Amino acid sequence: MPEVTTTHYLVLSALLFTIGVAGIVTRRNMITVLMSIELVLNSVNLNFIAFSYQLSDLGGQIFAIFTIAVAAGEAAVGLGILVAMFRLHESVELDRATELSG
Amino acid sequence: MKSWLWLVPVLPLAGALANGVLLRDRLGKKAVAVLACGLVGLACLLSFAAIGSYLASPEYAAREPYEQVLYDWIPAGLLGIEGGVFRDFTVEMGFQLDPLSAVMLFVVTFVGFWIHVYSVGYMDHEPGFQRYFAYLNLFMGAMLLLVLGNNYLVMFVGWEGVGLCSYLLIGFYYDQEFPPYAGRKAFITNRVGDFGFVIGLFALVAHFGTLDYSEIVRAIEANPALVQAPYLLGLSVAGFIGLALFIGATGKSAQIPLHVWLPDAMAGPTPVSALIHAATMVTAGVYMVARSNAIYQLTSVSELVALVGAITAIFAATIAIAQDDIKKVLAYSTVSQLGYMFLAAGVGAYGVAVFHLMTHAFFKALLFLGSGSVIHAMGGEQDMRKMGGLKEHLPWTYRTFLIGTVAIAGIPPLAGFFSKDGILAAAFVDHKTLWAIGLVTAGLTACYMFRLLYMTFHGEFRGSSEQQHHLHESPAVMTVPLVVLAVGAVTSGWVGLPPLGEVDLHWLNHFLSPVIAQVGEHGEHHASVALELALMAISVLVAVAGILAARALWGKDRGLTAEDALAARFVGLRRLLANKYWVDELYDATVIRGTWASARGLFAFDSRFIDGVLVNGSRHLTVALSLLSGFFDKYFVDGLVNLTGLTMRLGSRSFRSLQTGAVSQYALVMALGVVILLGFYVAMRLGGWGL
Repeated sequence: MPEVTTTHYLVLSALLFTIGVAGIVTRRNMITVLMSIELVLNSVNLNFIAFSYQLSDLGGQIFAIFTIAVAAGEAAVGLGILVAMFRLHESVELDRATELSG
Repeated sequence: MKSWLWLVPVLPLAGALANGVLLRDRLGKKAVAVLACGLVGLACLLSFAAIGSYLASPEYAAREPYEQVLYDWIPAGLLGIEGGVFRDFTVEMGFQLDPLSAVMLFVVTFVGFWIHVYSVGYMDHEPGFQRYFAYLNLFMGAMLLLVLGNNYLVMFVGWEGVGLCSYLLIGFYYDQEFPPYAGRKAFITNRVGDFGFVIGLFALVAHFGTLDYSEIVRAIEANPALVQAPYLLGLSVAGFIGLALFIGATGKSAQIPLHVWLPDAMAGPTPVSALIHAATMVTAGVYMVARSNAIYQLTSVSELVALVGAITAIFAATIAIAQDDIKKVLAYSTVSQLGYMFLAAGVGAYGVAVFHLMTHAFFKALLFLGSGSVIHAMGGEQDMRKMGGLKEHLPWTYRTFLIGTVAIAGIPPLAGFFSKDGILAAAFVDHKTLWAIGLVTAGLTACYMFRLLYMTFHGEFRGSSEQQHHLHESPAVMTVPLVVLAVGAVTSGWVGLPPLGEVDLHWLNHFLSPVIAQVGEHGEHHASVALELALMAISVLVAVAGILAARALWGKDRGLTAEDALAARFVGLRRLLANKYWVDELYDATVIRGTWASARGLFAFDSRFIDGVLVNGSRHLTVALSLLSGFFDKYFVDGLVNLTGLTMRLGSRSFRSLQTGAVSQYALVMALGVVILLGFYVAMRLGGWGL
């Protein structure tokens, strides 16, 4: 049974990050985009934990918990925007929300 | 009773209000007549009572006027500072009873009342009965304000009030063509005089700081030299004020050059001519000059007053002799007699002037009312050429008319003799020329009055048979006033018997003496008894000569033959006199046409230059300028603005595609950016370039 090294974690994290970014860029449903953002954040958390474990430094784990807290706030704000947007447009398609265009 | 003085003018004014406004068209003829005559009669009785109680009062004994101030009328506030003391200018609404206003009050209310009574009969068949009495009452009220006021401004209110009533009553028959014209002429001519009056009032305020009679007299008596100081137009203060006031008097009292309105004023009803244009209103100028005697005594302008009076007297008398309209003769006679009064006032005999004013009021009112009775009987005919022989048909009118004629002719012991003789005697002292003019006028007066009498009452009737059939004596309501006034015409002269030597029988002069200010030199130089008697004899002789001349020409049933023969012989003279020296035509050619021409000129200037060049020109200029600035705005200023906008639009077009608003696109760009940066970093690392 091969040992799980830091590198494995980093590769997994990179995969998760890439999947998340791809989801953000390609998906039009705002819920999916929020879920993809969650993926990106969690890939970062994975990095923090991995390096914390390797360096025996608890700072990385504390940072990860901070990130989870901020992510929760972000999700709340995002879902609030989502609800408001649904009221306005009767849809949560992102490409409908182009009010900020020049 | 004298505390009720204020009621005297108020009663007729109330009558005017009732008949003219409140009860208009709601009263029958009888009620109108009773109301109008009753109120004037009441005012008359009240004024007699007031005069009586004044004569018994301590004020009269102290030679002071009785003043009744109702309220402060115009509290105008600070006028100036004099000797460190603030002086306010206040005009009171106040009445004053002194010998002068008492005489006027007596004449106005007494004669006025009887003319009111007469009017009831005269106006009986006329439309506008109530309107007539409303005007007549209004006139009485205004005239009483004029004579009772204790300052010049109250007098001025009355002055304008009587002018208004004169205008209204001259134009009473407003549906005819001539009366309204005559009314306007009277009003406008008076306005010219009033202008002078107002200037005089301004000068009085400027110099004395008050318009109160007593205060002005006190100020002059305290320092006569002050009003003799040079003022304006090379005149002294007294001279300027006197001249200005006298211009007012010439307007109101129909003296040359403003006499033209009075003969035309005969277009009004005859009782109006008697009341306003013979007995009362036209004497307002004489009253005013007598009231201002403190000023006239201190200036040589009084010489001008005397001269104008004398010239007017003879001028009007010569015209009167060639008139055929019975009222025109009387009108010119009035102008002439007013000239006498100014002659007297001008030579300083103010008492005599007021004396003649009073006697004239009686006999001239009588003559006018008599002529009204004649006109009434003739069915409106006024041309004496169509009359004649009326004495059988109008016995009472004839008798009273004869008394009036003898009175005005100056035959003793009737009223006219005493007052006219007083004037001539006063003029004789220092002004022999004016005395001579007055004497000739006296002869002419006797002549034209007897011409009138002969042409009207003697000889054969020359009118149509229809008129002859209609001839009738007037009703008692008209003949009684005639008799009353005839009694006045006989007796009113007895209050002013000529002063023979030491014995001063002239009660009226004595009575009026408190009113005459004690300024300047005061030599009442009486002529000697012999001279006095000689002067009287001369004037009686001249009057008799005038009467005899009239009798020779028009008497003895001669009819018009002698006059026509005379007129044929002196065609030019006759035309000159019959046309009143063409004064009307002269004024028409100069003043009236001049006014018209200047009005037309000004109109042309207005419409051509002001409207055409200035107003329209500035309009065109404005339009052109605004077009220009419009172009500038539109193409230059707006162009700059649009240019800015265009620049921005073109500049920003390339950036627009960057901001699509699609979040996913932003995220893509961001991700790509990260990839590029990351790639760049990795390449640097791999290439060994540091970082």
